[in-house]
Amino acid sequence: MTDFSSLTLHEAAEGLRAKSFSAVELAEATVAAAEAAQGALNCFTSIDGERAVEMARASDARLAKGEGGALEGVPVAIKDLFAVKGVETTASSNILKGFKPEYESTVTQNLWDAGAVFFAKTSMDEFAMGSSNETAATGPVVNPWRAKGSEAKLTPGGSSGGSAAALAAGISYGATGTDTGGSIRQPAAFTGLVGVKPTYGRCSRWGVVAFASSLDHPGPFAKTVKDAALLTQVMAGHDPKDSTSYPGAVPDFAASAGRSVKGLRIGIPKEYRVDGMPGEIETLWRQGAKWLEEQGAEIVDISLPMTKYALPAYYIIAPAEASSNLARYDGIRYGARVEGADLIDTYEKTRAAGFGLEVQRRIMIGTYVLSAGYYDAYYLKALKVRRRIYEDFTAAFGQVDAILTPATPSAAFEIGSKAKADPIEMYLNDIFTVTANIAGIPAMSVPAGLDKSGLPLGLQVIAPALEEETMFAVAGAIERAAGFGAKAETWW
Amino acid sequence: MPVTPEDVQRIARLARIAEPADRLDALTGELNGILKWVELLNEVDVAGVEPMTTAVQTPLPLREDAVTDGAMREAVLKNAPRSEEGFFVAPKSVE
Repeated sequence: MTDFSSLTLHEAAEGLRAKSFSAVELAEATVAAAEAAQGALNCFTSIDGERAVEMARASDARLAKGEGGALEGVPVAIKDLFAVKGVETTASSNILKGFKPEYESTVTQNLWDAGAVFFAKTSMDEFAMGSSNETAATGPVVNPWRAKGSEAKLTPGGSSGGSAAALAAGISYGATGTDTGGSIRQPAAFTGLVGVKPTYGRCSRWGVVAFASSLDHPGPFAKTVKDAALLTQVMAGHDPKDSTSYPGAVPDFAASAGRSVKGLRIGIPKEYRVDGMPGEIETLWRQGAKWLEEQGAEIVDISLPMTKYALPAYYIIAPAEASSNLARYDGIRYGARVEGADLIDTYEKTRAAGFGLEVQRRIMIGTYVLSAGYYDAYYLKALKVRRRIYEDFTAAFGQVDAILTPATPSAAFEIGSKAKADPIEMYLNDIFTVTANIAGIPAMSVPAGLDKSGLPLGLQVIAPALEEETMFAVAGAIERAAGFGAKAETWW
Repeated sequence: MPVTPEDVQRIARLARIAEPADRLDALTGELNGILKWVELLNEVDVAGVEPMTTAVQTPLPLREDAVTDGAMREAVLKNAPRSEEGFFVAPKSVE
């Protein structure tokens, strides 16, 4: 019998087309693996074996006729932020408990149209607000990776931690995530996976529970760069239902993953050397540049002087947009309701009971920075700094074709280790990733090595807007040179 | 400028979140920590800089003014905590 858990997405799709195994066999094995791991990893908010087998049967029928899409019969895990028709969609929040959307998100519809099979929704930080998956209403997700000789439970990162953990555990062949400040790239780096945040507008936000609309980017997790490129290609495309959706054609991303980097200029921004970053990350970053140089790229030292202002600007803009977006949870039209003495009392009790503490904190910050008398000092100022950050990148991309940085300032940390810390300490996890959200440009993390405790570390590739092909080419070159084949040892 | 527990109470009211009195001091500290940190932005010279609201520099698309959706009352009400005879049921809001 095939060891399904080690298959890449391309291998699974090829195996199905070659009839080495059926879509139903693959779906059943995936559901069984998900159910077996759930107790230890807690990475799913729901598992739907019935729908998986039903969709797989339809895939088998198409495959038998020699038909089917690029992902025909391949299971893909879905972050609980994407509406899947008739399946509970909670954004890992109590306020959406029991909510079953009557519609399908555009990104998931694109996946099903390409033949992908639904089998589970994955856990996340509540409303995608977090970097460790500890704010999920269903409790923390556990990283399948453990430090050498330790049984301590590590976070898979967040907010898309459930998708990352499920894929790293060999349960799925691809997964969806959303990235508002680093919520795909940071968990990908913590779990030895490839994580992609495409250009803003490439993947439709329609049917994705909104956090911060101008910063939210749907994107995929995958085991390889080529898998990630194909998933991005399938998920992307113009959607009239999202007015910020990019109307241009989607290039052949999968082909770009194998492209040469010869002659490309790669920028190394000096501002990404931060205090307290482990030496191993600095070494890996240098190694990454060397790998690209050996394949014919030119390494260029660059400066992005606004980098240190990106996180503070983000922690004004994102909460401001969130406070507005989350105003819709009023307990009247959908979701949970706590009855009060009158309408206002019902709103206040519903929202106090339904939102967790981090979500409440961010709504409060957002409400404050948008309130009369503070709007100019905080919100407007942050929007102006946002343009300065964007201009940093515009200037840099006059000199280079892509930028290489570490993906995260550390490897995966222990669950609970930042519980007593200042909220800002958790926010600093996104220090290298958040700039690309502010600027809306594509960025991805690619696993590049292990630290001394055997935990994965990732590098980040950033490209100009709509230049995902260059980004996939650079990430592919790093992947080939790194030969990262490490997997989490099964303990669950 | 730091916020006071009274400010936090007012913000909570604006945000329509019932914050219990015993949470106000802790929240005040947390919000002040974040507000102090974002003061870093005061170092940036933004004179003459246009605010940037979106990364996509394209005009908002217009479509034909036509009915493209609707007639799905049952679906719209399906997730309501309370509904009656095709309506959402809300607590009394007008005296």
